[in-house]
Amino acid sequence: MKHLIDILDLSPQEIMELVNKACDIIEHPAAYAHKCDGKILATLFFEPSTRTRLSFESAMLSLGGQVLGFSSANSSSAAKGESVADTIRTVSCYSDIIAMRHPKEGAPLVASMHSLVPVINAGDGGHNHPTQTLTDLLTIHKEKGRFDHLTVGFCGDLKFGRTVHSLVGAMSRYEGIKFVLVSPEELKLPRYVKEESIKKRGIPYEQSVSLEAVMPELDILYMTRVQRERFFNEEDYLRLKDSYILTPDKLQNAKEDLRILHPLPRVNEISVTVDNDPRACYFKQVQYGKYIRMALILKLLGMD
Amino acid sequence: MIIDSIQNGIVIDHITAGKAMELYRILGLDKLDCTVAILKNVASSKLGRKDIIKIDREMDLDWDLIGYVDPTITVNCIRNGQLVEKRTLKLPERITGVLTCKNPRCITSVEQELPQEFVLTDPARRVYRCRYCETQSK
Repeated sequence: MKHLIDILDLSPQEIMELVNKACDIIEHPAAYAHKCDGKILATLFFEPSTRTRLSFESAMLSLGGQVLGFSSANSSSAAKGESVADTIRTVSCYSDIIAMRHPKEGAPLVASMHSLVPVINAGDGGHNHPTQTLTDLLTIHKEKGRFDHLTVGFCGDLKFGRTVHSLVGAMSRYEGIKFVLVSPEELKLPRYVKEESIKKRGIPYEQSVSLEAVMPELDILYMTRVQRERFFNEEDYLRLKDSYILTPDKLQNAKEDLRILHPLPRVNEISVTVDNDPRACYFKQVQYGKYIRMALILKLLGMD
Repeated sequence: MIIDSIQNGIVIDHITAGKAMELYRILGLDKLDCTVAILKNVASSKLGRKDIIKIDREMDLDWDLIGYVDPTITVNCIRNGQLVEKRTLKLPERITGVLTCKNPRCITSVEQELPQEFVLTDPARRVYRCRYCETQSK
């Protein structure tokens, strides 16, 4: 039985198959409307989420399946002190596939070790969020037509941003990639991500504190939010939260075919005046997220 | 100083000088009731100085654990006064129950019955990461 805990659980070939399947779903949604008739997705969200949970639920409903679950730890037996293993042993008796978000890092891996059905990691603390990475990859492929020979800029919180770490890991496997890392000193990409994803593969990269300085070379700009929930210290959060704000001025020197991505939710790191720029595709990204989750559900249920 | 040779037992040789006591503790040799000799700072042509542990009894050892503490170690198994097996060790791919994850966000911080497992991710730099949250061991 296959689970999805880390984006690197999927080979580049499997990712391409998922992307192709998602594109086919976009083209022919009616052909997939009853693929999961009679199947149940359990969404176990031990911490709040709007986008990811609704995206999973919408994906399963669009495949003809049904959903059950909870949206906070308080409304589950975790509040009574039940272990992840016991919760999963129970829920996997009621469902065919599970999407799980948990504040503790590694909880979905523990779940996969005890589940009778496939488990999808829907985010574990600051660690992994593989379906966001699949969403990002589908967006890049739809918008640029390829995964290789791209200069990909990451801006904002590169230290705690799990989506950044996963996307760096996933994009590192393609040829001709260059990374540009833009962040304040305190939120730089962790050394281990640089060592194990970038340097080990000999991928060129540069670090910058100025977004404007590197803007002209970017094919993709991946903006991130400085996340309050990842800080133990409120003072540090307040000091760093407005480090980078993307405005139309900063885009003046950008390529015409730049694509701006953001995992959302946005606070203020992208000015709303950028939303109508044709290079902004963070709301399209949300739509793609549903389709790639549909493709993933089909794959893990063996119905692709 | 003369330490008698052993007839049946194990000689853990080429321990980096100063690491014998750590190995003694981690392998739980303090719980043995046989003779155990710890030799520190022994002259060595290969290492300059080395530590040696002699255990006067045949027993199973956790080779992975020894390899983790010091991959330069060699282990000699002695039977009837003869060397019957000589093992050179390497860094284990996975170690369980030795290191503890220090990441307060790790699932092991709240579910303490989970085994503490670490995986070798960078042999050149001897980097081990928590199996669950991938935090590097300290």
